[in-house]
Amino acid sequence: MSKNDVAILGVGMHPWGKWGRNFVEYGVHAIQAALADAKLDWKQVEFVAGGDTVRNGYPGYVAGATFAKAMGWTGIPVSSNYAACATGSQALEAARTRILAGMCDVAVVVGADTTPKGFLAPSKGERTLDPDWLRFRLLGATNPTYFGLYARRRMDLYGATEQDFAHVKAKNSRHGVSNPYARYKKIFTEEEVLASPMVADPLRLFEICATSDGGAAIVISSLDFAKKHGAGKAPRVAAVSTVTPTFPDTYIDMPNFTTDSAAGLPIPDRGFKDSIAHAAYEEAGIGPEDLSLAEVYDLSSALELDWYENIGLCKPGEAERLLRDGDTAIGGRIPVNASGGLGCFGEAVPAQALQQICELTWQIRGEAGERQVQGAKIGITANQGLFGHGSSVIVKAG
Amino acid sequence: MSKKRVPALEGWFTLDDEPRLLGRRDPKSGSYFFPKDVSVSSAPGFDQSELEDVALSRTGKLWSYTTNHYEPPEPYVKPDPFEPYTVAAVELTEERMVVLGQLAPGIDPADLEVGMEMELVLGTLYEDDENEYVVWKWQPASAAA
Repeated sequence: MSKNDVAILGVGMHPWGKWGRNFVEYGVHAIQAALADAKLDWKQVEFVAGGDTVRNGYPGYVAGATFAKAMGWTGIPVSSNYAACATGSQALEAARTRILAGMCDVAVVVGADTTPKGFLAPSKGERTLDPDWLRFRLLGATNPTYFGLYARRRMDLYGATEQDFAHVKAKNSRHGVSNPYARYKKIFTEEEVLASPMVADPLRLFEICATSDGGAAIVISSLDFAKKHGAGKAPRVAAVSTVTPTFPDTYIDMPNFTTDSAAGLPIPDRGFKDSIAHAAYEEAGIGPEDLSLAEVYDLSSALELDWYENIGLCKPGEAERLLRDGDTAIGGRIPVNASGGLGCFGEAVPAQALQQICELTWQIRGEAGERQVQGAKIGITANQGLFGHGSSVIVKAG
Repeated sequence: MSKKRVPALEGWFTLDDEPRLLGRRDPKSGSYFFPKDVSVSSAPGFDQSELEDVALSRTGKLWSYTTNHYEPPEPYVKPDPFEPYTVAAVELTEERMVVLGQLAPGIDPADLEVGMEMELVLGTLYEDDENEYVVWKWQPASAAA
């Protein structure tokens, strides 16, 4: 047992979709579901960590307060957290460290979003000092542009094929089809994927993550509280990694149009994307060989293959073999994205890292229904938020 | 009919036949930075006040490339009608940093291959009634006439 463990007493989600309603509604729905799952009353919650949304005005920037008020003020402290796609993990870390410091016993972590249609775009105005604005202005470098760069590199370096990328999407669509919270509950064949329009060559429309509305919440507590609450066997958060890169970071990442220069100082032994899960393994005292399943951030189908290597499931260049052998499908050696992943959800930014944790929790409790990974005991999430935010959480059986 | 050729961003690159990106170099750590006017990155523990202005080299190896088939949102100024465009990532050999840029017009992306030698050129980003706004672009070194 790690000294940093906290218990996951309850999880809850609002179904993903394009509902067009206020994001607060999704978050409140998720909190209520998580509290019911935890058999706790809102008045027992001592801290709220909200994941911010940057697309819904001021209430989105102060999400902790927005959700606390919507649930009914009880005077408790809140925090509001933003780390792009890694927002949920940052919020979880704010709540977990408060519990581990002995400052409270029960905390709610929540994130929700209402998203506009189409490409995510930078803030308005002539923002010539903002790399996010500049990459659109000078290069037309949309998010899928970066996904396309990574995918093409896998093809030229490792012999990945368009068929492999379509395979990932088809696999995840079979996983997510029975997930009641997924937005796209449809099985795609590789042929259908390969017939969809090209977006950022070699990636096609059905291989690129959409933007969605959705909300997810988690109730965590100290192990002592969980025991007293009759939930001593609840799944646990065994590690939270929120690492940032180490200079020189030589991987071209959103929203940058240059990497650091490696002409002077030595490149770190472990690149940024490899360091994300590594820090989580170190904290939990486990390794990739101990995993039952993984939820990784498939912003594109091809990106899922990069993650196999980044979280240590295989060596660089071997991800395609894992995929082709069926290792990462449910029933295989190490199922990846049993929830259906972003391919079935679309991204609701501040909720998505929490959605990954909800899935691991249901899997470890054996409550994942048709998508259940048999005997799931330990799972990892991996994700990355633009501007250098790592995010990886390990959940294990209690 | 001839429009004035102006940089899309002032002070980021030279306008000569063999254009260079304008960056900075830290003489102590040996690290390069681009662009120089935006605080995008630092070598930790090194004093930024010692950075020297430097024109970066203009050749490197193709890291990857992709062609966009959908219209990007603003602030991209898209031609009418919209045309797909290719974005290339090139690792400058001397500075060992990857720099993104659009592929120069007239280059077929089917001829690209990761690892090939590339060089920096100038190309039109967009135009208005008076000016042609130029930005750096990449082309295969072998494409130089």
